[in-house]
Amino acid sequence: MKNIINVSGKDATLDTNRRNFLRLSGMGIALAGIALAGCKDEMSDNPMTSIFDLGEGDVGVLNYAYALEQLEADFYSKVVNSFYTGISDTEKQLFTDLYHHEVIHRDFFKAAISGATSKVLPTLEFKYDGVDFKSRNSVLATAKALEDTGVAAYNGAGRLLTNLDYLVIAGKIVSVEARHASAIRDIINPKSVDFSGNDVIDANGLDLAKTPAQIAAVATMFIKTPFTWKEQGIG
Amino acid sequence: MNILNSLYNLTDDNLTDTKMSRGGYISNLFGIAKKATIITAAVAMSARAEKGSVVQSQTALTDALQLALTLEYLEDEYYAMGLAKAGLIPAADRAVIQQISKHEAAHVSFLKAALTSMSVTPVAKPTFDFTVKGNFQPFTDYNQFMILAQAFEDTGVRAYKGQAGNVASNKDVLQAALQIHAVEARHAAQIRRMRGNKGWIELANDGNMPAATNPVYAGEEVTMQVGFNTANAFGAAAGSAAFDETLSGADATVIASLFIVK
Repeated sequence: MKNIINVSGKDATLDTNRRNFLRLSGMGIALAGIALAGCKDEMSDNPMTSIFDLGEGDVGVLNYAYALEQLEADFYSKVVNSFYTGISDTEKQLFTDLYHHEVIHRDFFKAAISGATSKVLPTLEFKYDGVDFKSRNSVLATAKALEDTGVAAYNGAGRLLTNLDYLVIAGKIVSVEARHASAIRDIINPKSVDFSGNDVIDANGLDLAKTPAQIAAVATMFIKTPFTWKEQGIG
Repeated sequence: MNILNSLYNLTDDNLTDTKMSRGGYISNLFGIAKKATIITAAVAMSARAEKGSVVQSQTALTDALQLALTLEYLEDEYYAMGLAKAGLIPAADRAVIQQISKHEAAHVSFLKAALTSMSVTPVAKPTFDFTVKGNFQPFTDYNQFMILAQAFEDTGVRAYKGQAGNVASNKDVLQAALQIHAVEARHAAQIRRMRGNKGWIELANDGNMPAATNPVYAGEEVTMQVGFNTANAFGAAAGSAAFDETLSGADATVIASLFIVK
C-alpha cells in the first residue's frame, strides 16, 4: 500500500512506502551534503549564519521533537553508562528501557526528517550543570523533569502539525513519554498520587500542554548547541 | 440494546438524520468508521460537496468526543464502584485508585461540557456490566479488578490516539484530547506497574493478562513506523514499546460494548 505524506514547509514529500522512504532518505542526505558544501565558505566568514533554525511548518515541529528526543537519549545514555550508586536491578532495567525508547525515538525522527527535507537538525551537544549522575535523587529528579517536559511539549505541539500522519506518530510517542513520567514519579514516591500528580494534572483532568517557547526556556538549560525557531518566536 | 447489532443495522437514513433519538445518538456514536465512509459517498453524490465536507469534519469531531465520553463513563463508574466496595482495594493502593477515579470523573464532566458547548447533546451514560454476564468478578477479586483496570486504561490510551485525526479540525479540542490521552497513559503505566508489569507494552498482550483481553493489545507488537524499523537498534520488544499503537473507533467500540448492557 502506498502512503504519501506531504510535509508543509520545505521541498517535502515523504513517501512512507518503505522502499521509497529509504530512497528519499538517501536523497535527503545527498541534498544536505550539497547544501553544506555550497555554503561552507560563507558560513566560516559569518558564523551567525551557522545557527540552525528548526524551520517552518511541520518540518519545524519534527526538528523540535528531534531536539527533545536527542536530549532524552543523551541523558539516559549517561545514566546507563554509569549507573548511580546502589541502583537496584529493577531500576537498572527501567533506565535501560528508557534509554532504548529514547534512542529509538531520536533515530526515528532523524530518519523521518531526512526523508522529507535537507533541513535536519544537527547532532546537539548537552550540558548537565547541577546533575549528579552518581546520585539516585539527582538522576530521578532530572528524569522526572525531562519526561514531564516531553509530555507537555508534545501536548502543546500537536496543534502545530498539519499532517495527520505525523500527528498520529506524535501521539504514539507522547503516550510512551507519559508512561515513563508515571513510572519515574512512582519510583520517587511509590503508590502515592504523584504518578499523575496534581502538579501536572489540572482540575479538568488534563495533563500539561506547553508552547515551544515555554519548553525552550526549560530545555535550553541542558542544550549547549544554539538553535533558533523563528516561526515560534525562539531566538 | 445490542450496540454491535445497531452498528451493523445502520442505514443511510438514520446516519444523516440530524434530529436523532437518544438511541440514534448511540448508534451514531458507535458507527464512526462506517458513517465516515457513507457520508463521504453521500457528499460525492450530492452537489453540496463543499458544505458537506465541513459537516463531515464537525460530525467526525463530535462523534470522537462521544466515543471518548462513553469510555470515560465506563472508567469513571468502574473505579467509583471499586472504591465503594468495602474491603476490595487494599489501604496501600487506595490513594492511587482515588486519584485515577478523580481524573475519570473530571474527564466525564469536561467532555460533556465540550459537547454541550458545540450544541451537541452528550450521550447518556450506558448501563454497564463489569462482570460481563458473570465472567469477571472485579468487585470481589482485587486481582481481577486490576486486570480490568489495566485493560481499560490501555484501551483508553489507544482509543484517544485513534481519534486524533477526527478531532484535528479543532485545535483546542485536539490539544485537550492529547492532554487527556497523556493522563490515561500515566494511569495505564501505574496500574501495569502495580500488577508487576512494566509501565509500557512490549509486543502484544504483554503483562500477564487473560486471553479475553487480547483485543486490547492486538497490533501493539508492530515495529514499522512510516518505513522506519524500530526493532533494528535493540530488538522488537523495545522497538514495539517505544511506540504505542492506535485503536480504531470500531475496535474500541467492540471492546467497550462487552461491558455495556444497554
